[in-house]
Amino acid sequence: MITGAEALVRSLIAEGVDLVFGYPGGAIMPVYDKLYDYTSQLRHILVRHEQGAIHAAEGYARITNRPGVVIVTSGPGVANVITGLSDAMMDSTPVVVISGQVNSKFLGSDAFQETDVVGITQPITKWALQVRRAADIPAAVARAFYIASTGRPGPVVLDIAKDAQTGELEWKHEKLRFIRSYNPRPKISPADIVHAAHIINAAQRPMILAGHGVMISGAEKELLALAQKADIPVATTLLGLSTIPSDHPLNKGMLGMHGNIGPNFQTNKADVILAVGMRFDDRVTCDIDRYAPNATIIHIDIDSSEFNRNVRVDATIHGDARDALLALTPLIEPAKHTKWNEQFDRCNQVERDTVMRAELRHDGKITMGEVAASLAEATNNQAVLVTDVGQNQMMGARYFRYTMPRSIITSGGSGTMGFGLPAAIGAKMGAPERTVVYFGGDGGFQMTIEELGTIMQYGTAVKMVVLDNSYLGNVRQWQELFFNGRYSQTPLLNPDFVAVAKAYGIPGERVEERAFLPAAISRMLSHDGPYLLVVAIEEMDNVFPMIPIGASVEEILLNKTEKFTYPED
Amino acid sequence: MPAQQLFTLTVYSEHCVGLLNQVSIIFTRRCLNIEDVSASRTTIEGIHRLTITVWSDRETMEKVVKQIEKRIDVLKAFLYTDDDIIYQEIALYKVDTAALLREQYLESLIRHHGARILDITPEFTVLEKAGQPWETEALLEQLKPYGVRQFVRSGRVCVTKSPVEKLNMYLEEQMLRQQATFLNPESNV
Repeated sequence: MITGAEALVRSLIAEGVDLVFGYPGGAIMPVYDKLYDYTSQLRHILVRHEQGAIHAAEGYARITNRPGVVIVTSGPGVANVITGLSDAMMDSTPVVVISGQVNSKFLGSDAFQETDVVGITQPITKWALQVRRAADIPAAVARAFYIASTGRPGPVVLDIAKDAQTGELEWKHEKLRFIRSYNPRPKISPADIVHAAHIINAAQRPMILAGHGVMISGAEKELLALAQKADIPVATTLLGLSTIPSDHPLNKGMLGMHGNIGPNFQTNKADVILAVGMRFDDRVTCDIDRYAPNATIIHIDIDSSEFNRNVRVDATIHGDARDALLALTPLIEPAKHTKWNEQFDRCNQVERDTVMRAELRHDGKITMGEVAASLAEATNNQAVLVTDVGQNQMMGARYFRYTMPRSIITSGGSGTMGFGLPAAIGAKMGAPERTVVYFGGDGGFQMTIEELGTIMQYGTAVKMVVLDNSYLGNVRQWQELFFNGRYSQTPLLNPDFVAVAKAYGIPGERVEERAFLPAAISRMLSHDGPYLLVVAIEEMDNVFPMIPIGASVEEILLNKTEKFTYPED
Repeated sequence: MPAQQLFTLTVYSEHCVGLLNQVSIIFTRRCLNIEDVSASRTTIEGIHRLTITVWSDRETMEKVVKQIEKRIDVLKAFLYTDDDIIYQEIALYKVDTAALLREQYLESLIRHHGARILDITPEFTVLEKAGQPWETEALLEQLKPYGVRQFVRSGRVCVTKSPVEKLNMYLEEQMLRQQATFLNPESNV
């Protein structure tokens, strides 16, 4: 017989976990006591705030494709992971959160640090369970990992009462492989495949929208094979970036409010849209009533509740993206769409000549786009970009370049400020061989700045780039464009970030002039360990192109005053 | 606003703690008010049924049903309008006995409404009537002059008019999927 706490640790190991992020507290102490005996098999990263733990677990999950694991205590401990749970739910990130709970005999009594964990997490998790008996722990862990990592991945919570941790059981762990009410890998309907192939084969102006689902299912090659066979231009969502290399001729760029002009503008010209593992988020569709009016839309998704949820589609393929593409590609007839492809390039050329040229203008103060482009260049487009949220995120996503999959980790659906720094820690721990660059703003950096302590304690070699414009830049941009320049609560008085890092024993420097940027980046990258590079940037820099709220994907602003028009001959 | 009508949902699920919450939060999120709800065991051990009625439009309800089905512990959810189902509710009426006995046509009233008397005390009498909401309400209106102390009614229960038993089909499919999972060590992992 062993205790429930030990059973939990053993079951985690049996599920292949070797790294957990967490923070101890009263109701989870029996588990922490047992972790002490298993340190060689299960490494625990002590974060500085539970929110840091869950974002780190998300970063780890996004780069490894395996569930990130979080251990926290009851009450405030688990309440602090709520933001991360909702973030992971939106971005289909597998995370297993284990929270301590008060002794089951005190449940419902407002006992010290009691909170209704299952009640508050059910709306923002794929599954949540309270465990009250030691004997139930192995099966609960198996179920948690099965649910988190299969189908459309997502966060799960196991809320384990203290007496379940201290109670005894005969431990035996069996991986779960079947739940009758849950089919994570639906069989692809051959009729749906044939139907979709007919539509694609008849298309004159087809277009592929590649989302996060492509990466989750590992369908990058299969997607490219289909695109190449029929010469179909590919656009990616923010979370779909890096599914196809930046320099591939069929990669026409990113969709959405601050996406590239080609894919946005051409959406409304397309006659067939093949959407793979994406969910037509409002940031992608813009005005939904004027979205893709000429297109027959085929939607491939593993989550059938996404079909017709935001956009009415004409055909669906329910299943894993890779399974679907493998079945579909043999039925696709080779085709050439040279002129159609050129139209995308022509739009993107306008973007390079106007928006990008202005951003990379090489006079005045340093701009955000410049920093991102310099980072990409200095890392040979091989690094992992972990962004925070806001202008830094859009500029990073836009000006960074990607060579291999899983090269961007960003909070998409939730837009969680403070996500970046801890996510970068998790990403670096999940892929120590890769260069991981945190790219954040002065606002978001301070939301989880306490994780510098984690970086210090574990020497995690995260390269941190903080863009300092002393503003909450994205909100400031909206205030400038849509609220008559009334900068309500967006100016920031910032500390000396380099001195803060120094206090944590992390070297760093601040760059204010363009001439010193390349050398500073190179010092950061060649330094063996974490490094902070603060870049003073143009305060009034705005992210363009931009499709304002309420506009259609064709109505793209190139700057504050100028709208994009298609360059006819 | 799209055309509103009364929908009936039946949700089949595993019998587990918090299931009702998992379903109700999907309504909460869309600010949909549940008209009535009933929960019960089914003939299949371990499987429970919720019957929920709600005023909404079809497009919204189709999305709601898919989001309910997405919950891990939910087996299957079905969306019906009144034409698709035979439905009933049950109502209990607690009426002053003295007042009721003064009624000249008590017998015809009870006969007419197909009501039953469950209990009579010197103080009050309990009547029971099963029917559709307009029927239970009609009896309520007629009893009001005699002083209705309590009126309670259940949520709706229903059976489908379709000859096909979709839940059974679903369960059979899952049994086959289970067999396939354990025959093929690579599947679903």
